[in-house]
Amino acid sequence: MSENEKLFNGGVLTEARKGAIEPPKDLWERKKNGLVIIECPQRIPCNPCHTSCPTGAVKAFKDINDQPEIDYEKCTGCARCVAICPGLACFVVDLTWGGNDVALMKLPYEMLPLPEEGDTVDCLNRLGEAVAKGKIVKIAELMNDRTKVVQVEVPRSLVMNIRTIRVVK
Amino acid sequence: MRQTEVLVIGGGPAGLSAALEAASLGCDVTLVDSDLALGGQLIKQTHKFFGSKEERAGTRGFKISEMLLEELHGYKDKIKVHTNCTATGYYKEDGVISCVIGEEKYFRIQAKKIVMATGAQERLLPFPKNHLPGVYGAGAVQTLMNVYGVAPGEKVIMVGAGNIGLIVSYQLMQAGVEIAGIVEAMDKIGGYWVHAAKIRRMGVPIYLRHTIKEAIGDQIVKGAVIQEINDKFQPTGTEIKIDADIICMAVGLTPTCEILWQAGCKMIYVPQLCGHVAQRDMNMRTSHPDIWVAGDAAGIEEASAAMVEGRIAGVGVAKSLGHGNASEQAKRLEDYKGRIADLRGGEVGQKICQGLKVCTVNQWEV
Repeated sequence: MSENEKLFNGGVLTEARKGAIEPPKDLWERKKNGLVIIECPQRIPCNPCHTSCPTGAVKAFKDINDQPEIDYEKCTGCARCVAICPGLACFVVDLTWGGNDVALMKLPYEMLPLPEEGDTVDCLNRLGEAVAKGKIVKIAELMNDRTKVVQVEVPRSLVMNIRTIRVVK
Repeated sequence: MRQTEVLVIGGGPAGLSAALEAASLGCDVTLVDSDLALGGQLIKQTHKFFGSKEERAGTRGFKISEMLLEELHGYKDKIKVHTNCTATGYYKEDGVISCVIGEEKYFRIQAKKIVMATGAQERLLPFPKNHLPGVYGAGAVQTLMNVYGVAPGEKVIMVGAGNIGLIVSYQLMQAGVEIAGIVEAMDKIGGYWVHAAKIRRMGVPIYLRHTIKEAIGDQIVKGAVIQEINDKFQPTGTEIKIDADIICMAVGLTPTCEILWQAGCKMIYVPQLCGHVAQRDMNMRTSHPDIWVAGDAAGIEEASAAMVEGRIAGVGVAKSLGHGNASEQAKRLEDYKGRIADLRGGEVGQKICQGLKVCTVNQWEV
């Protein structure tokens, strides 16, 4: 078994797969408020990303077990799917945010302590390694169900690596 | 001797759903549950559920329990509830069920139809020193943490990377408890991939193809030795010593089915459903004409499936008692069966479907 396959079998994404793909570059770079990245490569019976999507960007499922498919033109980066996804598998990345070196990520967060706006936090990759520092821009609770969506400014080059934050107190 | 039209044994997701469904079609129901509160395992589930809107996907498990209890309140004239009440036996001669409230107060109850929604029991692993305080089943850890608000310890070794092991690890981290690692005998996590991803990204290692060799400690758990195993599950690799004060076992569940055996239901061993289960027809009726089964007692599955199965059994029971009209029953059954087929359509559901093929009959011969 390859190293990548071993990692994947243990819950770590190592390459693009069906249900876990990168948005198209051109559109992504100019889409204000960002585009969603969903990392949901396994067929499981679940569809709240679609049912919660106000614009139909997460397409309707033929079979509820299908991996999500996204119409990026319709995605507004609203992050409702980020807030509702039971698997915490949706992330919004806004490449139009700030200067050339940074981007804004909208990440699901259900841990304590909560960070505060302005805090510097560790940005962790899919293996939990701290790969950068990020700055908390905003914290919101979009679905009124305790899952927070944290907006964090991160190095632009790492948006496909960073997947969560760790509060440093 | 008490009498009831329908007796539902077990007030978890399957039993509550069965009772509600039967009552909504006009049955008089008695619901007994051995716990102090209804809701079964749902009350410990702080994570959001999968499924579709109909199964309340995106809603946390304990909230789903609250919704079911609210629905139950609407049927308080049709459903009589006994909590802290264990069904202890079935008497074949007259079909009477004996129950005990608390530890002393016995009563007997005779029902026209019975739905067995008794849930499951945890499996444990034998290994040296597994008697030490600090070795827990995942259910106990969840009860301590999510029902009573008590952190079981400071650092946990989780054994098993099925959905329970993954979810309880995540919940422990939410409670501020460190997860030293998750040990899994297979070469792939058994639970949903996304559940694993969300704890991997917080730095928790998952040791695939590893097993727990022994616990370390004299009076209490101080850690464990884990070891790599080959594809025949024989230990081969180097031993790894991990410090921890809790070893949490999440190595699977097995259906609780003693009363089904007592009642003489045809039982069959189905590994995909994690143990002995009753043979059943499409509406969850067992080989015993007056006994239905639903939820984990019918085979280990997700709570979302248990709720739909309970609904199917509820309609089945009502139908056999002549409650509700035929077209309404047919409509509901079609809806529920479509929904449960959807829930079982994924990667994890394939295994369930294989198992169900073995124990499901089209129709019992009259």
